[in-house]
Amino acid sequence: MKIVVCIKQVPDTKGGVQFNPDGTLNRAAMLTIMNPDDKAGLEAALRLKDQYGAEVTVVTMGLPKAEDVLREAMAMGADKAILVTDRVLGGADTWATSQTLAGAIRNLEYDLIITGRQAIDGDTAQVGPQLSEHLNIPVISYAQNIKIDGDSVIVERQFDDRYHVLKAKMPCLITALAELNEPRYMTPGGIFDACKAEVTVWGRANLVDVEDSNLGLKGSPTQIAKASDKVRKGQGEKVNLDPAESVDYIVGKLKEKHVI
Amino acid sequence: MDFTLSKEHEMARALFKEFAEKEVKPLAQEVDETEEFPRVTVDKMAKYGFLGIPVPKEYGGQGCDPLTYVMCVEELSKVCGTTGVIVSAHTSLCCDPILTFGTEEQKQKYLVPLAKGEKLGAFGLTEPGAGTDAQGQQTKAVLDGDEYVINGSKIFITNGKEADVYVIFAVTGTIEKRGRLMKEISAFIVEKGMPGFSFGTKEKKMGIRGSSTYELIFTDCRVPRENLLGKLGQGFKIAMHTLDGGRIGIASQALGIAEGALESTIAYVKERKQFGKAIGQFQNTQFQLADMATKVEAAKLLVYKAAMAKATQKEYGFEAAQAKLCAAEVAMEVTTKAVQLHGGYGYTREYDVERMMRDAKITEIYEGTSEVQRMVISAALLK
Repeated sequence: MKIVVCIKQVPDTKGGVQFNPDGTLNRAAMLTIMNPDDKAGLEAALRLKDQYGAEVTVVTMGLPKAEDVLREAMAMGADKAILVTDRVLGGADTWATSQTLAGAIRNLEYDLIITGRQAIDGDTAQVGPQLSEHLNIPVISYAQNIKIDGDSVIVERQFDDRYHVLKAKMPCLITALAELNEPRYMTPGGIFDACKAEVTVWGRANLVDVEDSNLGLKGSPTQIAKASDKVRKGQGEKVNLDPAESVDYIVGKLKEKHVI
Repeated sequence: MDFTLSKEHEMARALFKEFAEKEVKPLAQEVDETEEFPRVTVDKMAKYGFLGIPVPKEYGGQGCDPLTYVMCVEELSKVCGTTGVIVSAHTSLCCDPILTFGTEEQKQKYLVPLAKGEKLGAFGLTEPGAGTDAQGQQTKAVLDGDEYVINGSKIFITNGKEADVYVIFAVTGTIEKRGRLMKEISAFIVEKGMPGFSFGTKEKKMGIRGSSTYELIFTDCRVPRENLLGKLGQGFKIAMHTLDGGRIGIASQALGIAEGALESTIAYVKERKQFGKAIGQFQNTQFQLADMATKVEAAKLLVYKAAMAKATQKEYGFEAAQAKLCAAEVAMEVTTKAVQLHGGYGYTREYDVERMMRDAKITEIYEGTSEVQRMVISAALLK
């Protein structure tokens, strides 16, 4: 089985958020991590590899620095890594990103593509489903459990207060939730191997069946009008009361604010 | 000279730090209070290869360099000195001598499961009458047919009851050296469960309270002849070589404890208010922190230098002794200052620095006291 996992290097929000003058994120100035939903997707792929045997290829589109997240994935157990990077791909929204990833993945053989549900820097949840449309394969989103059944996958899809059990023939695409699993750590030896391993670097010329008009900032229908860091909350009020008094106090406050 | 870490080492540090924060730190206080060996953590460390970091891959290890191992013990010790010493004793004192002096059969039988973390290792040199004076050994091993029969006891053994494989030293005869009759010491690999091998009392300690420190008792303990480690009579050399590596491990533990105390103190002095402002705004606090941080950095450079010496030099005892002497004394000084800067709260078990100060003390004592390190260093200077 061949599994492609799309991962994204995202700002580590613990380290603070910084913007460029045009409102886009200043990624170069921020600490980065592997997007949590993507990490769960990678872990799901690695578990399928452990259980059924599989070759896991990780793909990311980003700055050359995004190589770090690919090496982290290899140190966790991914077999191959592809970095799609090119100046013309910069400023991509979800449409241009999914077009780019589709153009890259058309070079690869795959039974299963796993993406995270959404990235913590954009929160759109669009790239995975769009990618499946471009590649013309089924998609099951919000996966909280994945099993292989012959040439199909059986997936529990999270849905409000319940979950749906869906079956799809492979090749197909699954979007994973961070709650899907607890991702494994890298191993020290895995890190040393990953740092020596080759990361395949592709640019615009390697993308298959993608129009220039669908790439980068120019190919992005979404334009950012304004972006800002979240408004910092005030210090709040600290009170020291025993549990019974606390309940009365909180209920009183909620009534005062007409919440209840 | 370039002091920047390689990509591999940066990633390894990030891994150890994340693991320590998520898996080790939440248990540190409980491990100290209950004196329970953190088996759950050890099992997790085994799963991720932390118990075989500097062991070559062909023997089940991770194939990394000593610096990676040092950073692992350092990051673990930042949050829990107990967990740091478990890894250090296992790796430096048990895996290393088997890797260096073991036969191929011994490596396959013992080193592979140790490096994979399927088994835990320990080292038994110290006896009631043989601490710094390792020649004072009383434990004896006598060949009887195809087995050595060991009698005696070892004390203060880290990982004592929890280990599966032990590197044990015993007197196997006498030799004449420069006209003096000396004890001939040899090393043996002993397995838990071998007939005649049992455990004595568990030590109640000031610090590193979760590490399982036991007395090992050998009563006509029969060990197969092929478990002789190295050559007959090579024991003292094996012990000294092993302790050189062990000192780098303990220096890393001391460094980690000092760094942990410094980090806790920096956070505390920003929060704690007296006379209407954070105590970090007082010059006394600032100067104390500056001294602490500078000493920690100096210790770190010596510890990393010793790790690099182990990677590139045949002999590294001098570097190891300097690293351990400095890191241990810095750990004691920095943790003491950390408690002082925490004031009354620092003296309570509610704050980590109280535990760190107790954990730091042992680093000036075991794997060669600070006085022994000074002997090693000065002997090299006056040679």
